[in-house]
Amino acid sequence: MRKYVIRRLLGMIPTLAIISIIVFVVIQLPEGDIVTSTLDQLSATGVDLSDDRIQNLRAQYNLDQPLPVQYLAWIGNFITGDMGFSYLYAQPVNELVWERLGYTLLITTCALLFTWVLALPIGIYSAVRQYSVADYAFTTIGLIGLATPNFLVALILMYFGYTWFGLSFGGLFSPEYLNVPWSWGRFRDMLAHLWIPVVVIGTSGMAITMRLMRANLLDELKKPYVITARAKGVPPLKLLLKYPVRIAINPFISTIGLLLPALISGEAIVGVVLNLPTTGPLLVQSLITQDMYLAGSLIMMLSVLTVVGMLLSDLLLAWVDPRIRYERA
Amino acid sequence: MSELRELSPSRLAWLRFRRHRLAILAACFLVVLYTLAAFCEFISPYTPEQRNVRAINAPPMDIRFVDAQGQFHFRPFVYDLKLTINPDTWMREYEEDSSTPYPLRFFAKGVPYELWGLVPAERHLFSVDPRGPGYIHWFGTDSLGRDMFSRVLYGARVSLSIGIVGVGLTLFLGILLGGFAGYLGGIVDSVVQRITEVLQSIPTLPLWMALSAALPTAWSPITTYFGVTLILSLFGWTTLARQVRGRFLAMREEDFVVAARLLGANDSRVIFRHMLPSFSSHIITTATLAVPAMMLGETALSFLGIGLRAPVVSWGVLLQQAQNYQVIVMTPWLLLPGAFIVVTVIAFNLLGDGLRDAADPYSSLSEK
Repeated sequence: MRKYVIRRLLGMIPTLAIISIIVFVVIQLPEGDIVTSTLDQLSATGVDLSDDRIQNLRAQYNLDQPLPVQYLAWIGNFITGDMGFSYLYAQPVNELVWERLGYTLLITTCALLFTWVLALPIGIYSAVRQYSVADYAFTTIGLIGLATPNFLVALILMYFGYTWFGLSFGGLFSPEYLNVPWSWGRFRDMLAHLWIPVVVIGTSGMAITMRLMRANLLDELKKPYVITARAKGVPPLKLLLKYPVRIAINPFISTIGLLLPALISGEAIVGVVLNLPTTGPLLVQSLITQDMYLAGSLIMMLSVLTVVGMLLSDLLLAWVDPRIRYERA
Repeated sequence: MSELRELSPSRLAWLRFRRHRLAILAACFLVVLYTLAAFCEFISPYTPEQRNVRAINAPPMDIRFVDAQGQFHFRPFVYDLKLTINPDTWMREYEEDSSTPYPLRFFAKGVPYELWGLVPAERHLFSVDPRGPGYIHWFGTDSLGRDMFSRVLYGARVSLSIGIVGVGLTLFLGILLGGFAGYLGGIVDSVVQRITEVLQSIPTLPLWMALSAALPTAWSPITTYFGVTLILSLFGWTTLARQVRGRFLAMREEDFVVAARLLGANDSRVIFRHMLPSFSSHIITTATLAVPAMMLGETALSFLGIGLRAPVVSWGVLLQQAQNYQVIVMTPWLLLPGAFIVVTVIAFNLLGDGLRDAADPYSSLSEK
């Protein structure tokens, strides 16, 4: 097991390296760089810098170096925790991202748990009562959930929340708790706001997980050992939960890997609609204003989050399923 | 049984497909929708940029057959909208004025347009006499007084085609890379596999966002359109490539492939003549199920303002107007493009499910 964990950990390194190269290329794509845009802004205010100063500026940001060197400088700083300087906010990226990343992680994790807590029993029920009215109803709801973009769910929820209950959604805190230190009241206030994005983001993954659980369990239920157990008089509920569900749940865990990028993607856009203090709105802002250090760091952090999440799901799977071989085949 | 009837594989597939009522329904719906989108200039009563300053943020109008006196009219009509400003909120409020009906005219001359940008024409499927004061806004209007029905139809053209074009590109990349990986094996295989894994572990939306934000704003609408489509398919091919690779690996050892190779067929003939046809139905199914992802991707990007941009009308661009709850509560009809997205995506999913069953030669006809 330990060997397996170490091998998976090492396997992450090339993946992250390739991702970082992709991210670096992407943030280099727009024309111009931080110096040219600074110069533009300065010359707009009537200040013209001498060529020497420009060269110094370029050197300061490593822009006079060839691209591979720039990449190494960027990734080297990134690993040591220096993510560069946000042009838009005139602050080091470090100070901007961590809190927001925390909220993103919180919301995504809750959304994942929400998806599971709901999809698991529904999937089991749909499999056991196949072709029942409820089965069809859940399938239909799942289908609609799959087809509705996250942000549309958020918009519709906002509409009904306002017209029916007079609530105005948005944000993660009430105004009075916005900029105060953490307290019990602030925590409770956050919980009261948290469920909305969690539900909105969770719905998209619900359909897939539900159908997967249903299909897996249906396959298991047909197997001879279930019939044997039933013939021997094992109580139905005990039989169901003790054997087929335990086996059917395995692919369920392995889909965290598929679900996680989708959830993080979903969070990015729902964060904008619901005005959450997460990475999503910051990313959109930074991309529109081409604040590329900020954008690159954010995409990189979200990718790291996903890769680590996938690793955890693989480890969880290996722990749950004794049939997984740790050694290389 | 008097005699054995012989059915071709495609006939069998059709029989299996026909059993899926929902899939048939979805297919019909999509055909109608694509036809509407193809002829949107003719079907919509206005052009998408045309402003009606007398009906700004007007709610959807009812098309009526029965008037306020209970009289039935064979020719449908709409009532005029009377605008009042609410003295408390300063909001525009519209009220139907049943004293002035505007009858609908069919195939009548209206705003001139060019069909597909080529054929000049001025007849519309339905309209209200543009020389009079009347107007028809079946889906209401937006904050600039532009007709939502016309805009939804024009948007359908962009949103629906981006799904197809994007999937075309995805198919190309997926089959090419997956095919190479599966057929050649070895280093090529492990490189493609590695890339696939990496791409699948990146959250796509942030990367899509970054790439499409990098598209120069100076690009013409059509270039941006293809740029966005390319970006969407750049990360969409991985699933398909994995499937194609798996199939190729399995099929490489099949008797008929070995036989073809022994008979001296070269690689491309083996691939295109013998291997591809045997799972083309599978590819079609996967492609159908991939269309919604493309459409949702475009919608998300345009909604955030970094996909397609303003002069282009797509469902995502239209939804961009409805970003905060004040707008949604005041003018909920701006969410109508969203309803179109949902229904279209559901239709594609149902169609894909039906096709999957039809394409599977082992699913029996008698079952259920």
